[in-house]
Amino acid sequence: MRSWLTLAVIAPLLAALPLVGNNYALRLATTVFMYSVMAQSWNFIGGLAGYPSFATAAFFGLGAYASAILQNHGVPMVPAWACAGVAALLFAAFLGGAILHLRGHYFAIASLIVAEMLREIVNTLPDFTGGGKGMNLPLLKLSVTAQAQFFFYAMLALAVLTVATAIVLQRSKLGFGLRCIQQNESAADIIGINSYAYKTAGFCLSAVFVGVAGAIYASWVNYIDPPDVFDVLISVKPMVMVLLGGLGTIFGPPLGAVVLLLLEEVVWRNFLTMHVAALGVIIVVLVLFLPHGLLALIRERFPTKAMAN
Amino acid sequence: MSTTPTLSVMSLQAGYGDVRVLWDVSLEVAAGELVCIIGSNGAGKTTLMRCLSGLLQPSAGSIVIDGRPMAQATPADFVRAGIAHVPEGRRLFSAMSIRDNLLMGAYLRTDKGAIAADLERIYAMFPILAERQRQDAGTLSGGEQQMCAIGRGLMAAPRVLLIDELSLGLAPRAVELLSETLRKVNAAGVAILLVEQDVMNALELANRAYVIDHGRVTKSGPAIGLASDPAICEAYMGLS
Repeated sequence: MRSWLTLAVIAPLLAALPLVGNNYALRLATTVFMYSVMAQSWNFIGGLAGYPSFATAAFFGLGAYASAILQNHGVPMVPAWACAGVAALLFAAFLGGAILHLRGHYFAIASLIVAEMLREIVNTLPDFTGGGKGMNLPLLKLSVTAQAQFFFYAMLALAVLTVATAIVLQRSKLGFGLRCIQQNESAADIIGINSYAYKTAGFCLSAVFVGVAGAIYASWVNYIDPPDVFDVLISVKPMVMVLLGGLGTIFGPPLGAVVLLLLEEVVWRNFLTMHVAALGVIIVVLVLFLPHGLLALIRERFPTKAMAN
Repeated sequence: MSTTPTLSVMSLQAGYGDVRVLWDVSLEVAAGELVCIIGSNGAGKTTLMRCLSGLLQPSAGSIVIDGRPMAQATPADFVRAGIAHVPEGRRLFSAMSIRDNLLMGAYLRTDKGAIAADLERIYAMFPILAERQRQDAGTLSGGEQQMCAIGRGLMAAPRVLLIDELSLGLAPRAVELLSETLRKVNAAGVAILLVEQDVMNALELANRAYVIDHGRVTKSGPAIGLASDPAICEAYMGLS
C-alpha cells in the first residue's frame, strides 16, 4: 500500500517537470526513466531470482531493431513499440529455456554472449537490418520541444508501468517463488515451486519492458546501429544501478538510475577518457561499503513505524 | 495392517549420468507408520529420498502413492500427492523470516484457515520458533534450523514426511527433542520415512526398518528385530 502511495506521489511530480525544465532537463530525465525501466527489469531476474543476467542489452537492441524494421515496413509507431515488447518477451522465453538451467557465473556468461550474437546477426543481414550502416527511423512531424515532451512522457509512462509491475510482483506468488529460488533453489523445488517455469517467467518480465524501452529509444534518436543498441554497458549499468539503489527492492532500482546518471552527467563529463574506470570504482565501493544499497541506508537513518514492529 | 500402502516403491533404479546409485530398491510405508532406512555412506539413501520427492527421475522401477503411479511426476506433483521432504542440511531460505519459511511450506495449499491453524500447531510443537518467528532463519542454531525445516515440511500437510539425516551435526539434546517431536507427529497420523546415520536412535524410533547397501535393500523387518541382529550390530554400531 505504501509503495502505491509513494508511486502516486512521485509520478505526478515527475509529470510536471516539462512545466519548469528546458529541453536539456527533459532529455536527461527521459534517459533516467529509460534506465529506470532497465534497472527495474533487471531486478526481476537478477534481484529477485538471483540470476545475474547480462541479457539486458540483447532485449534492448532486439526491441529497437524489431520496432525499427516494423516501422520501415509501414507499421505505425506505437503498435510497433508494443510488438517490440512482445518480441523481447518471446525471445526471453526461448532463451530462458536454453540457458536458465545454468547457475551463477555460468548463467552470467551465457547471457553475456546473447547481445554479441544478436549484434553479429544484425551485421550479417544488411538487406533486412541495414547491417553495420545502421537504420533510420521515420521522423516525427513535431517541433523539437514537442518531441522532447512526447518521448519524456512515453518513457515516464513505461517507467511507472514497470514500477507498478514490481509492486504487484513483490506481493504475488510469483514474487515469493522467485525470492525462494534466489535463496535456495533446491529447497524451492522441494516445497513445490516449479522453479524452471518461475525463472522463465521472471526472465520474460525482465525482457518485455526493456524491449519497449529499446523501441522508444530508437524512435527518440531516429537512428540506431548495432554497437549503439547492443552495447555491453546497457547490460552493466542497470546492474550497477540496482546494486546502488537496493537489490530486490521496489524503489531501489529507480533511485539507483537517478543517482548514477546524475553522477555521470556531473562528474564524468570532466573525466571523459576515464568514465568506464569510474564505473569500475563505483562497483568496488558499492560492494565494500554499501552492500545493501542506498535505500537500506535511508531506511536505517529514518526507520518507519512498519519497520520498527 | 492396511491393504494399500501410502507409499510403495518397486524395483527402483536411479543414478547421476553414467553412475548408477540405486540398483534395486523396493519398500513400503503404510499409513501412519514410522519407517527408517539405514545404510553406510554412499549406500544411496539420499538418492532414494531425491527420487521419492521428484527431485531426481528414476531410470527404472516405480513409485506409487495411494495407488497412483508417479512416473514423470515433478516435485510439485509429489507435494500435491502428500509427500514432504526435509532435505539433508535443512536448506532453509536463510534470509527469510522463520514465519515466512514455514508459510512457504504451504506454498501449494489454498485453504487459508487451515494453513493458519497448522502454523499455530507448529508453533505449539516448537515454541522457540514462535518466539523467534520474525528472525531470519539463518540466525538459528542447527537444532532450531532442523525444527524449522521439519515445520516447513509439515506445513505442506503431508501424509508422508521424508526426513533425510535428522541428527547430522546436531547436539545430542537437540536430537532427543526432535526425536520426541517426530513421535508426536507420527502419533498424529503422519507417516514418516526417516534416513538416519545414527542407527541406534533410528531403530529406537521406527516401527520398521530397511537396510540399504550399495543401492540394494539387503535386509528389512521390524526395528526391534534388526536392532538385535548381530550382523547389523557389527556393521553399523561397532558392536560385536
